Amino acid sequence: MNIHEYQAKELFSKFGVASPAGIVADTAEAAGAAARELGGAGLVVKAQVHAGGRGKGTFKNGFKGGVHVINTAEEAETIAGQMLGQTLVTHQTGPEGKLVSKVLIAKSVDIDKELYFAILFDRANSTHSVIASTEGGMNIEEVAEKTPEKITTVTLDPALGLQPYQCRKLAAALGLRGMLMNQAVKLFSALWNLYSKSDCSQIEVNPLAVTKDGEVMALDAKFNFDDNALYRQKDVVAMRDTSEEDPREVAASEFGLNYIGLDGSIACLVNGAGLAMATMDIIKLHGGEPANFLDVGGGASKEQVSNAFKIILGDPNVKGILVNIFGGIMDCNVIAEGIVAAVQEVGLGLPLVVRLEGNNVDAGKKTLAESGLNLVSGDGLTDAAAKIVKAVAA
Amino acid sequence: MAILVETDTRILVQGITGDFGSRHAKASLDYGTQLVAGVTPGKGGQFFEHNGHKVPVFDTVEEAARETGATVSAIFVPPPFAADAILECVDAGLDLAVAITEGIPVNDMIRVKAAMARKKTRLIGPNCPGVVTPGRGDKSHGGCRIGIAPGYIHKRGNVGVVSRSGTLTYEAVWQLTTRGYGQSTCVGIGGDPVNGTSHLDVLKLFNEDPETEAIIMIGEIGGTAEVEAGRWAAEHCKKPIAAFIAGATAPPGRRMGHAGAIVGGAEDTAEAKKRILRECGIAVADSPADMAQALLTVYKK
Repeated sequence: MNIHEYQAKELFSKFGVASPAGIVADTAEAAGAAARELGGAGLVVKAQVHAGGRGKGTFKNGFKGGVHVINTAEEAETIAGQMLGQTLVTHQTGPEGKLVSKVLIAKSVDIDKELYFAILFDRANSTHSVIASTEGGMNIEEVAEKTPEKITTVTLDPALGLQPYQCRKLAAALGLRGMLMNQAVKLFSALWNLYSKSDCSQIEVNPLAVTKDGEVMALDAKFNFDDNALYRQKDVVAMRDTSEEDPREVAASEFGLNYIGLDGSIACLVNGAGLAMATMDIIKLHGGEPANFLDVGGGASKEQVSNAFKIILGDPNVKGILVNIFGGIMDCNVIAEGIVAAVQEVGLGLPLVVRLEGNNVDAGKKTLAESGLNLVSGDGLTDAAAKIVKAVAA
Repeated sequence: MAILVETDTRILVQGITGDFGSRHAKASLDYGTQLVAGVTPGKGGQFFEHNGHKVPVFDTVEEAARETGATVSAIFVPPPFAADAILECVDAGLDLAVAITEGIPVNDMIRVKAAMARKKTRLIGPNCPGVVTPGRGDKSHGGCRIGIAPGYIHKRGNVGVVSRSGTLTYEAVWQLTTRGYGQSTCVGIGGDPVNGTSHLDVLKLFNEDPETEAIIMIGEIGGTAEVEAGRWAAEHCKKPIAAFIAGATAPPGRRMGHAGAIVGGAEDTAEAKKRILRECGIAVADSPADMAQALLTVYKK
């Protein structure tokens, strides 16, 4: 789950992480009022979308730049008016762009030094780690490759978390001495508190800035949350903005389905995440391109299967469908009935290959055969993949 | 011999009265598994009845183990309570805890894993299909089935199977069984990024198990566990291994169902893993349909 910049700021302020003052606005008038409240001069107006590259982006109405420095409240109002309700295209949004429904008005700061600071889930060590670097504002992977000596990593003890001595060590590695060290230690501790209390899996502060006024501040941050922990993070869930997500994925999640849209033409419907990935792979291996990842789970109901089918059929890129079910516990006949129900409701003008194996497979095959549906039966995985690729190519 | 559990291993089920737990407890009883106890806090003293079986339910794991001699637990409790359920097994001194539960927060698992270091109890999972040591009866009846795998697809024999994914494990097992090759033990280690037992741990057990003659290892994108196992096997494993890695077509940065199936860096893609496993002398199948076939190119019997 992703959050907006203004929401990240709200979290920062709640947990005492220093960052430039800002106010979010959803109308031009509110943006003007926010700018007045923040002093009018030396401010930035920033379009709020879940994508990077905003500064260099262009709105579909021709207005250039999703980030503007302004010096009066009137200017803030005018700029916000050009952004709100408009679609911003950046190198990360794709050509369709993202609709801007909120802008952030924030204090602009004079930066003396840009640093990098991140807390993230460390899979290799089954814990969390902190990464800090003197090379702020840069791509950290590049820094790690070219100048690894400029990166300091601290692996956290699962029982202790980030300790004050580790914060001091990190501050020292970043060259933050004297008063700056005290500020940095406070900021790092507050970030850890936010990270652990909110079940984050990543907070990347880039840049972490030292201002010309001698303050240490988080200027921009990227958050990731542990999806498994969202049940106990009501405040985090409340920040979810589904308008930023793929509508097919939003629809799928409402039905408890695991769906990820891709660019290919062969849709697949599979039970189990590993088999779903493997089914995409075998489509590719036979010369086709998968249109999606879709795992209906181990205990899917007829309704879920039927809804999954409708989501697949709603994708205009889809030219054919492969159903691959290894019904271990799952009843193949439930899948068959779900397919029949969905097709009867929405119709089917595309080639459909079904491979059923396992529990109650004969009943499932019978249900499909007696439905009168125009489908092809796959005899094993390889045969099914070859048949759907051939059908789509024809 | 098999690994982890034998057909006479006595197991208990945590969450036996829940919908999910009871369904699979029944399937295990039907398979002939020695399921001797259930645990549901507050329902101690009741019985779980199915097809003539009468399984006592206890309030705590410790009581269940003491009264029935169960040494292994299958955990079916919901995610918010699962970490605690695992720790209860550790406290009761069980040999093995198999956590089927999907969706346990990463922070919970990080703490559990740290707390289990140097403890007697081994954890398999979470978010896994479980462990099956097939029986010698018709359709492998009489085996030890812990978790959610279909029992009937198995056949007792000499191939060990270890995998992160459920249905992909069944696919491999079925490919083996239909070709006449049975399994010693099938272990689903689960699809989460923090788990109790790794591919490498299971390879080591298979390597020491006299009944296991060959191994199928199934992995996914994300992490480096398969690569670590492969590098160890190149040096130490005496038995032929075939492997499959799912996710060659997965886009980077997206979580493919399993919390752990996400490509981060250059080294955890399917291509990189397959290349390294091949360098380690492992027969890698490019297609999920060819897992057993790949094994038979290196395992001549």
